[in-house]
Amino acid sequence: MTVDTLRLTAEETNGLLTRKEASSDEIYRAYLEAIDARDEELHAFLHVCDDDPGEGIPIAVKDVIGTRGIPTTAGSKILESYVPVYDATVIERCRARGLRVIGKTNTDEFAMGSSTENSSFGPSRNPWDPSRVPGGSGGGSAAAVSGGLAPWALGSDTGGSIKQPAALCGHVGLRPTYGTVSRFGVVAFASSLDQVGPVAKSVRDCAFLYSVIAGRDENDSTTVDVPAVELPRNHDLKGLRIGVPTEMNDDAPGIEPGVRDAVRKAIELAESLGASVDECSLPLSVEYGVACYYLVAPAEASANLARYDGVRFGLREDGADFREMVMKTRDVGFGDEPKRRIMIGTYALSSGYYDAYYGTAQRVRTAIKREHDALFERFDVLVSPTSPTVAFPLGAKIDDPVAMYMNDVLTIPSCMAGLPGLNVPCGLSEGLPVGLQLIGPQFGENTLFRAGHALERALGFDVVPERLR
Amino acid sequence: MSTWEPVIGLEIHVQLKTETKMFCRCRNGFGGEPNTQTCPVCLGFPGALPVPNRRAIEETIKLGLALDCEIAERAVFHRKNYFYPDLPKAYQISQYDEPLCSHGKLAVPTPDGEPVIGITRAHLEEDAAKNIHVAASGRIRGATATLVDFNRGGTPLVEIVTEPDIHDSETAKRFLQLLRQTVVELGLSDAELEKGSMRFDVNVSVRPAGSDELRTRTELKNMNSFNFAAKGIEREIARQIRVYEEGGTVEQETLHFDPAHEESPPMRSKEEAQDYRYFPEPDLVPVHPPEDLVDRFRTEIGELPGARIRRIADTLSFYDADVLVTGGLDRLWSAVVDAGADPKEAANVLANQFVATGTDVSAVDAGELAKLVQARAEIPRAAFDEALAKVGEAGFSADPYLAQKVVADASELDPVIDRIIEANAGQAAQYRGGKHGLLGFFVGQVMKETGGKADPRVVNERVRAKLG
Repeated sequence: MTVDTLRLTAEETNGLLTRKEASSDEIYRAYLEAIDARDEELHAFLHVCDDDPGEGIPIAVKDVIGTRGIPTTAGSKILESYVPVYDATVIERCRARGLRVIGKTNTDEFAMGSSTENSSFGPSRNPWDPSRVPGGSGGGSAAAVSGGLAPWALGSDTGGSIKQPAALCGHVGLRPTYGTVSRFGVVAFASSLDQVGPVAKSVRDCAFLYSVIAGRDENDSTTVDVPAVELPRNHDLKGLRIGVPTEMNDDAPGIEPGVRDAVRKAIELAESLGASVDECSLPLSVEYGVACYYLVAPAEASANLARYDGVRFGLREDGADFREMVMKTRDVGFGDEPKRRIMIGTYALSSGYYDAYYGTAQRVRTAIKREHDALFERFDVLVSPTSPTVAFPLGAKIDDPVAMYMNDVLTIPSCMAGLPGLNVPCGLSEGLPVGLQLIGPQFGENTLFRAGHALERALGFDVVPERLR
Repeated sequence: MSTWEPVIGLEIHVQLKTETKMFCRCRNGFGGEPNTQTCPVCLGFPGALPVPNRRAIEETIKLGLALDCEIAERAVFHRKNYFYPDLPKAYQISQYDEPLCSHGKLAVPTPDGEPVIGITRAHLEEDAAKNIHVAASGRIRGATATLVDFNRGGTPLVEIVTEPDIHDSETAKRFLQLLRQTVVELGLSDAELEKGSMRFDVNVSVRPAGSDELRTRTELKNMNSFNFAAKGIEREIARQIRVYEEGGTVEQETLHFDPAHEESPPMRSKEEAQDYRYFPEPDLVPVHPPEDLVDRFRTEIGELPGARIRRIADTLSFYDADVLVTGGLDRLWSAVVDAGADPKEAANVLANQFVATGTDVSAVDAGELAKLVQARAEIPRAAFDEALAKVGEAGFSADPYLAQKVVADASELDPVIDRIIEANAGQAAQYRGGKHGLLGFFVGQVMKETGGKADPRVVNERVRAKLG
């Protein structure tokens, strides 16, 4: 039988298996064929696995997540030759459920970017319009799921790298609460912000994949036990209290009218499903979130990326002595964006500047968290657009780092607060998907799933890109 | 001229002998084949994360309590950033402004008082790996390559920093000995200088006596014995005084101590002080030692070495008390004395002959050893030595040795002595001519002739009388 890789959710693909309408191998091959047919254009994958053991359905994996025996480059030339000797905990957990890795997806180098244009191996393309970016850093996983090259995928999110590509490619993505999903085996960008999460076509798929990967891991001391995951079945939103932060909606910096209108309509729909909606405010979070993020994340990155010194793995350039070898290796191996962030981070941590930069950023971060916590005393979820814009053309922002950074202005604040966020596609603007961001309180994933699921049903958004239907 | 006062501070590193490393499950052991005790975590592979060793944290707390420190309610690990081949992550996980233990003190008994040395902090960190510099010839000189053995990388290390409260090399040495004994008794570490499981750096400066200024200090590194440390400190104090008296200035630098050379050659100048860019390790959560655990540890700490030196010095000389305690012999000494041995005699035997046998203190039956000590004068020297060498063996009994009585009866010894003087008439004449150093020769011959059973004191007396 043929497997409709473009349309089937992971749950439906798995249904083929349980009803014995298709074997695991047949399903795997169907996705390999889809990759053959469409990945030359989309460039979602950096590595495709011809085969991978398991009895279940395939999964695509962002290339920052370590996979034993399968190259893991983090989108960087410095790790071009690196093949991990161990699986990340999330991969172990996927394997324990029979999931088969179909390939490693493209990412901005070390997950630093919002368009995949910072990948050392070339950008991915948006399945809705290949002249546009799929978002980033997880643009590869987004393009793979949206383009029907994988039923679902694992992404990683530091300041919006799951949510923003999901918005730009018109599918679902969850950034979980910090500490719920193990980071063990995941190439670190900014340790206090990095979270692995599911990338999928439906909220139910997202919830299921989250239940597979979440939970305490003895190899990651920042993880905790998580509440049991409930797969959502509800049709209404009765009793749900929705907060609409004005700074992130009508007043959001750089918001496009089409995005604003699609999100407004989704909020009205939520009200018609029984939710109560009220305006609220996150003044500090929106004004200082991006600035704060661009101190904390680069500071941690400057230390996390220091291990790429050419001594034990990855690229090594020759040098007359240790110092010269390290400098040449890092000069050749890292692209502009990691270099930029290593320099910012090194500066922010330097003696004499620490208090003014890193210290202040940490205090602002605490204020952002408090501002969110206060709102969750009144609301169950906060909503906003995920991205102020729809997918932009390749090259449009690559020469203006700050414009690129501002694309994450709406996803960053809740990341800084350690809170979960879900992207649900809510409509089109200029023929391109618009994403609705649902932010929950700490460990509030089940609430996000219920809200997202009901909205998804009511919205009836077709996740298959128009030009591929 | 004694117008200068030395100011000395110590920084000591002690390797904990936990089963596993500080942040991973690799074995923490000395001497394995290079790079056999490694994993993605201690090799700093992408994605690897540290998980702290509970035992190492507990042992650091115990040491902190023994050093009268405050135990933090909240302790934080920091990253200390620098590039070096033996540091795989290019940062060391250490502690910075929120260490596990701080504000402690250790009183150091000396013959003339008991200076109290402030303990600034005791914190936990991971050790670096070991660099081995080799040339194509395999020799270290003219090295062309650096090999790294990561077995030691990531093993738990406690760093203890003192206040600059020490003012002479002797106190510095005694402090180090006392600290070492404390660490060993707590079961934290073997603290062996030769194996590097205890290492220390000394910061030295001098100032005009009576002043409270702190002048530029130099750091002495790589000293592998307490005596070398004392010698190196004295040498550096003398050098700094000379520099000041000649109108010069002391530069801040690190000096590598080499006992074979008169001067301590500089290793590196600290003109460009390294910026380690400390920041809280985001891969770890703060440590909150439970109060009841700390209280339990507090009650479990026995009488500490310093207190025991003080107590024993009431019975013996300070010197004997110090040797017994810092040599780990005082508990056996107490048991032997309790079993009836003379305190002074027991101390002499333990600190001299017993130590030379290399016997494990814990294997000794104190009752049997007490019998030996008491019978020392009455049994032949050879029998005593043999018994002492076997005192640690299972089921050892002193009785067969005590049965061998020494021959002290002059009427029994005189014929032997006469025979020997007769056989060595030449030497006898020389002795009578004033070469009294030959007495030992005659005594030795008699002891040999009697198979070691003669009482040397009686033999001495009789030989002297007969030759005199």
